[in-house]
Amino acid sequence: MGISLKEMTKKPEILTGGHRLCVGCGAPIAVRQVLMGAPDGVQLVVANPTGCLEVSTSIYPYTSWNCSYIHCAFENAASTLSGVEAAYQSLKRQGKIKDDYRFVVFGGDGGTYDIGFQALSGALERGHRMVYVCYNNEAYMNTGIQRSGATGLGTWTTTSPHGEKSFGKNQNRKDLTAIAAAHNIPYVAQASISHWRDLVKKAQKAFAVDGPAFINVLAPCHRGWRYPMEQTVEVAKLAVQTCSWPLYEVENGKWNITVKVRDKKPVEEYLKIQGRFAHLFKEEKHGDVLRLIQENVDREWEKLRSLSGEQE
Amino acid sequence: MVVSNNEINKTVAIVGTDAIAEAMRQIDPDVVAAYPITPQTAIVETFAQMVADGQVNTNYVPVESEHSAMSAAIGAAAAGARVMTATSSQGLALMWELLYIASGLRLPIVMPNVNRALSAPINIHCDHSDSMGARDTGWIQLFSENAQEAYDNTIQAMRIAEHSDVLLPVMILLDGFIISHAIDRMELLDDATVRKFVGTYKPEDSLLNASQPVTYGAFDGLYGYYFEFKRQQEEAMRNSIKVIREVGQEYGAISGRPYDLFESVGLDDAEFVIIALGSAAGTVRSEVECLRESGMPIGMIKLRVFRPFPAQELVAALAGKKAVAVLDRSDTFAANMGGPVFIELRSALYEVEKKPLLVNYVYGLGGRDLSVELVNKAANELAGIAQSGQVKQRVNYLGLRE
Repeated sequence: MGISLKEMTKKPEILTGGHRLCVGCGAPIAVRQVLMGAPDGVQLVVANPTGCLEVSTSIYPYTSWNCSYIHCAFENAASTLSGVEAAYQSLKRQGKIKDDYRFVVFGGDGGTYDIGFQALSGALERGHRMVYVCYNNEAYMNTGIQRSGATGLGTWTTTSPHGEKSFGKNQNRKDLTAIAAAHNIPYVAQASISHWRDLVKKAQKAFAVDGPAFINVLAPCHRGWRYPMEQTVEVAKLAVQTCSWPLYEVENGKWNITVKVRDKKPVEEYLKIQGRFAHLFKEEKHGDVLRLIQENVDREWEKLRSLSGEQE
Repeated sequence: MVVSNNEINKTVAIVGTDAIAEAMRQIDPDVVAAYPITPQTAIVETFAQMVADGQVNTNYVPVESEHSAMSAAIGAAAAGARVMTATSSQGLALMWELLYIASGLRLPIVMPNVNRALSAPINIHCDHSDSMGARDTGWIQLFSENAQEAYDNTIQAMRIAEHSDVLLPVMILLDGFIISHAIDRMELLDDATVRKFVGTYKPEDSLLNASQPVTYGAFDGLYGYYFEFKRQQEEAMRNSIKVIREVGQEYGAISGRPYDLFESVGLDDAEFVIIALGSAAGTVRSEVECLRESGMPIGMIKLRVFRPFPAQELVAALAGKKAVAVLDRSDTFAANMGGPVFIELRSALYEVEKKPLLVNYVYGLGGRDLSVELVNKAANELAGIAQSGQVKQRVNYLGLRE
């Protein structure tokens, strides 16, 4: 597995230019990197739940997708694509179609962690051969930056605002990558748009397995995270370097950290460049929250190292 | 249990859920995605066994909810497969947003719904509140009086749904327990006849046509074709009336059981008429025939097709009648407007100059039995209305403990 830049330049662009996503959006970077990992010579069907990617790439009567595409509703991309995959298996077995297909969902964190969680879990449990990719920007960005289950502690969003009685979101995010791994499916990975070689390789592995695969890709949103739009990749990189978003995979039950972090940076370096955490630095009373966030990162990182057999 | 055989029809005694499962086996859909719910459960259990025994080519997707059942059905239909599912009550309610998407994407999904009351209070028995709640979702709705009709409707539904002038999903309604769990004498067609009748499905567009990739569910946010799409859906529903009748005639030719939009008893000479749908039609017919023998000028209409609503045809059939009683197995909670069938019929008759007096009987909610005595009570009240020319109470509750 793996791909060189030279090889990547020869791959067809499945998501074409001309879509209406924001300049500096992390989502199309995630999509293009994942699709670089699709095998040659297969047809694709892409499904989106409702979200930024969907409304920006499928505006009737146009499309940005050089492949078949379906959007059904918000909470059911996994079950909708289950049906497409089930139809494929049935028609293929009956000899009614000949081409080889792969199936991939690109869903935001709202459509994946929250409202689409049940459909995702059901599809993973049933074992459909599909790659589910969460382009994770840690809030409901399409509707204007509302908190989700992927939003971290202390984060400002429009539904977890800070104020006299609030320091932002009062809860930790859920660990969806680990939850997906608990389904005992062949391949699960956590990735970031800042580490393209790592992500493309993970996508190749995800497309190769004969069963469900799940990839959780950090894809920052400058509108919601409040940083200059040209810094999307740098922000994502800092999430990895601080171990706030570690990169790993769970391949047939075996945990493996794919991007080693030797000198873990303090999480404040990642938080302070984002307006969504600015309140934590302005007011002294929020100092405890910053400490708590660092403690969370340290604990989760050690847990991951332990699972990956990297702890002495 | 086989009672007797002839070349095409085999007489059997089976429960309604098995009749549906038999129809599904004979149709042999490419994909079935379903979730169990009382009283639909036996349909998916029996069908799962048929899959396990290799009697069908179907890929059976045992989803984790009815929401996912309809979502997977939509995905599979968009992928060019012939698709079925089945549900009841809360399951249909959970599918609600997707019912609109199935019809809006013009996907010919066929779904038996075993009618059961909607919570609360939770109740597993029959009424029509589930499917009546879905009456404006853009699905064709065919009601069945017994297991035979549920079976016949299921086979016809495939042809209606997939007709190029229609391309709409179809719901087959059968009364929970009364039809689904009671053993009924009925006739099954042989496999070859059903397969020939339903034919091969050739979708115009499919996600799995490599030479022509397609988009299903495009976003209509900026250029605004939504209105035109919806108008086309309404046009398809209008077209379906002709198609439903043609398919019903053609089905009659192979089975000896022709179907129309509704059927009637004694309309030629009746002065007043009872309208019912579902299993209640059997009770009503029995009592109406008794009363006619005793000289009462009463008739009945059994409504088979509720969506599309055959307004023009009903108005024509009721021309010259003095009074009509509509039986509704669900309520609308619209404050004394009556049940859905009553509201539709009343609306259909608005422009008619010399229209019959109308009275509504809401009955049977949550499985409350509709006895012959209750039908007799309604029939006598209807006779009184026809005679006096006065409706004292427009909406009545038949069999309610008051």
